[in-house]
Amino acid sequence: MSSLQARTFTRTAGTAVSYAARLELLEHYLAHHEDIVRCAQVSLEWLARHAGVKQSACLAVDVESNMLVGIAAYGTIGDDIELFSWPLSDNYDPMIAALEAHTPVHIKSYRPNGHASHPPSLPLGRGPFTAVPLGIRGGTMTEHDEIAPGLLLLRTPALTPDINWVVAVLGQKIDQVRGRGSLAEEARKLRRERTLFFTIINAVTDPIMLTDIEGRLIVANARAEKLFAASEEESEGRRRAVELNNMLFSAALSRSAVEGSQEARELLLVDPSDGSDLLFEVLSTTVEDPREGTGVVSVLRNITDLRRATEQIEENYQKLRVAEAAVRAERDRLNLIIDSVADPIIVTDSTGATVLMNAPSEDLFTLPPGATEMAARTVQANDAHFSSFISGLLLGETGPGEIRRGEISLMNPATNEPIPVEAIAGKVLTETGELTAVVTILHDRREALERAKLYEQLKTASDELQARVQAATAELATQNELLRRQAIELEQASRLKSQFLANMSHEFRTPLNAILGYTHMLLQGVAGDLLPAVKRQLQRIDSNGRHLMTIINEILDITRIEAGKMPMQLSEFNLNELVPEVMAELDPVIARSKLTVSPMLCPDLPMVYSDRQKVKQIIVNLLSNALKFTHEGGIRITVGYDSVDRTANVSVVDTGIGISPENHEKIFEDFRQVDDSPSRPYGGTGLGLAICRRLATALGGRITLESQMGKGSTFTLTIPAEAEQ
Amino acid sequence: MTQPDSPLILVVDDYQDAREMYAEYLQFSGFRVAEARNGNEAVAQAFSLRPDLILMDLSLPGMDGWEATRVLKADDRTKHIPVVALTGHALAGASEGARKAGCDSFVTKPCLPDDLVVEVRRMLDTVKKA
Repeated sequence: MSSLQARTFTRTAGTAVSYAARLELLEHYLAHHEDIVRCAQVSLEWLARHAGVKQSACLAVDVESNMLVGIAAYGTIGDDIELFSWPLSDNYDPMIAALEAHTPVHIKSYRPNGHASHPPSLPLGRGPFTAVPLGIRGGTMTEHDEIAPGLLLLRTPALTPDINWVVAVLGQKIDQVRGRGSLAEEARKLRRERTLFFTIINAVTDPIMLTDIEGRLIVANARAEKLFAASEEESEGRRRAVELNNMLFSAALSRSAVEGSQEARELLLVDPSDGSDLLFEVLSTTVEDPREGTGVVSVLRNITDLRRATEQIEENYQKLRVAEAAVRAERDRLNLIIDSVADPIIVTDSTGATVLMNAPSEDLFTLPPGATEMAARTVQANDAHFSSFISGLLLGETGPGEIRRGEISLMNPATNEPIPVEAIAGKVLTETGELTAVVTILHDRREALERAKLYEQLKTASDELQARVQAATAELATQNELLRRQAIELEQASRLKSQFLANMSHEFRTPLNAILGYTHMLLQGVAGDLLPAVKRQLQRIDSNGRHLMTIINEILDITRIEAGKMPMQLSEFNLNELVPEVMAELDPVIARSKLTVSPMLCPDLPMVYSDRQKVKQIIVNLLSNALKFTHEGGIRITVGYDSVDRTANVSVVDTGIGISPENHEKIFEDFRQVDDSPSRPYGGTGLGLAICRRLATALGGRITLESQMGKGSTFTLTIPAEAEQ
Repeated sequence: MTQPDSPLILVVDDYQDAREMYAEYLQFSGFRVAEARNGNEAVAQAFSLRPDLILMDLSLPGMDGWEATRVLKADDRTKHIPVVALTGHALAGASEGARKAGCDSFVTKPCLPDDLVVEVRRMLDTVKKA
C-alpha cells in the first residue's frame, strides 16, 4: 500500500504518549481490520509522532511465498518498501536470524549474503539499525508461530516502552490478520494491483485525483498530494496553501458540475512549496461506482509554463513588431536620406552584388521600362565600370575606415552624354572585422571640370587683360616721357625766348644808351651853347629816345614776369606817400594836359608791406593812362583801406572817353588798346595794363575797372596790406 | 676844369661809344678818368693807377666784369676801391650776381650821364664817410 494515502487521511493532533494516543492507534487497527499494510503504516507514523522514531520500516513474513517482505516504511529514502523481500530460508541473514530468535538484533553493518533476490540496499539505507521482531511483549513468544510475524527496523537501538508496545500490538494484529489465511492471497493480489496502480499514477507528472462530489480527496498521485495534502507537522504556510487549493479545487468542481461542462477549464492554484501561482487546466470526469458512490477523476495539467511561455512569446512578438517598426522607420529614413542625396550612392555586399541604391544611382545603373537598346548597352557598360572599381576595392588592401577613390567614366543612359565621376568607396565592417558592405558615392565631376575650364578661360582673359594693361601702361609711360620731353623742350623754348628778349633788350639798350646819353650831354651844354632850333630838335630826339626806352623796358618787364624772374622787394611803406611821388614824376605830363589831378588820401591807412617800386609803377601807369584818355574834366586819385579784408586800394578816377563793357577785358591783354588800328589816335605799346595786371597779381592783388562810354573810367588797384613772400 | 687832386674814376666798358661818353661827361663833371676795354685791362689799370672808384660794365670780352671785380676785391691793394656795376641786363639775378662778385653798387643801363654822376658822387661820399 502506498504511504501517500495513509498520510493524507491521518490528521491526528500530536500529543505526549498517552493512553489516548495508544487508543487512537488501536482504533485505526479496527478501522482497517483486514489491511495489515495500512496498520503497519499507521503504526510507523504513530511511532514517528509519539516515540520520536524518524526512520522506520516494517517487514512481514509471507507464509505463502516463505519470504520476509517490506510492507511499510516511514522517513526512508530510495526504493519503495514493497520491493524489499528476503527468503526465510536464508538463516544466515541477521534479520532472518532475529525473526527466529525473537530478540531484537542490532545490526551495525548489514551485508547481504549474495542471494539474488536481495535488494541492493536495506529499506533504511546504509548505516547501523536495529531489527526488532514483532509480537514480542516483555520477551514472551506468541503462541501461533515459531518465528515472529515480522520485523520492525529502527535506526535507534534504544527500545522505549512505546516502541515495545507498538511491536506487540502490531505483531498481534499481523498475526490475527494472517490467521484468516483465505484472505491473505486476495489481499496480496489487491496489494500488488494497488501498488501497480499507484506506480502508474505516480509516474504521471500531472496531478491526478479521485475525489467525491464535494471535492474531498479519495486518491491522489504524488504530484496532486503536493498540492492538496499536508500533514500536521508541515509549516503553517504550506498548510494554508493546501487548504486554499482544496477550496479552489472544490469550487471549480462544483462550478463544473453546475454548468455540466466536460470541457477543460483553467484553475489557478498556489504552489505550497514557494507560494507562487500555478495555472492548471483541469479535465474532470465523473465516474459512477455502485459501491463507493459517485466520484470525480480530475487530471490537472500544469499550464503555468505554457501560459508564461505564451505570454513571453506574445511579449516577444510585440517587442519584435516594435523593433521591426523601428527598423523599418530607420530604413525608411535612411532611404529618404540616401535618395535625397543628389550624388549616386550604391551599397554593395561583400561579393560585389548591389544591395541598395538611391534614385540618382538607378538612373545610371538600371533600365527604365521601354528603354532603347543603346541605353541597355550604356547601363551594361556603367555596371562593368563600377564592378571593376568595386572588385578593385574588394581585392585591394583597403583597410577599415580607409577610403578608396577612383575616377570612372560613366554615361547617362537617357542622353548618352558622358559623365565623368569620382567614386568614393568605404568598407563597412562588423565588430569582428568581417566585411558586410561597401558604400560607394559617385561624385559628378562635370561641374568641377566645367569650373576648372571656366577658371582656365578666366585666367586666360585675365592674363590678356593684364598684358593689355601692361601694354597700355607702357604706352602711357612712353606718352608721359614724350610729354615730359615736350615740356622740357617747351620750357627750353620759353627760356630761349626769354633769353632772346633779354638779349634783344640789352642789344637795344646799348645803342639807345649812347643816343640818350649824348643827346643829354648836348642839351647839358657839354659841347657849348646851342642854337635854340638845335636845342628844340635835340629835345625831340631825347623825347623819342625815352619813349623807345619805355617800350623796351615794358617788353622786358613782360618777359621777366612771364619767366617768373620779376624780383619782389618787399618793404613797409605808406601808400599815401606814393601819390605825390607819382604826381611829381608825371608833372610835365599833367602840366601839358591842363587837367586837375586831385589826390584824396586816407589818413587812417596803416603801413603797407609790399613792393613799393611795383605799386608805384602801377599807379604811374594808371595815372598816365587817365591823363592820356581824358580831355576835359579832372582826375581823382583816392587811397582807401578795407579793414575787413585787410586790403589797401588806390583808385584813379577820370572823366575821359570811357571804355565799352565788351572792351573791359580786352584792354588788359598784351599789346592791346581799344583801338589798335594803324590809324589809332593814342600812342603807347598797349602793354601798360597787361603789365599792371600781372604786377598786381604777383603782389597778391588785382586791378578792377568800372567804366561807361563817354563818362569816364575808374581803375582800382587792390593789394593785401601784407603781401606774402 | 679837371683838378689834379680830383677823384680818379676808372671806366670799364667794351663799348667805345658808351665808355667815351661816360668818360667825357665825368671829365666835364670834374673827375679824372681812366679807361679800360676789358677785365684784364681793368685789373691792370686798377693795380697801377689805384682809382678812387671803378665803373664796371659786367658783360666784357675775355675776363668779364664779375671776374674782374672778384680779382680786385680779393687783392689787398684794390679791395677798398668801390665798384659800381653797370649792366644792360635787367633780368633778375644780374644785380644779385654783381653783389656776390663784390660790387658795391648797381646801375642799370640805359643810364643818363647825369644820373651816373649822381651815383658816383654818392658812392664816393659813402667811402669818405667810412
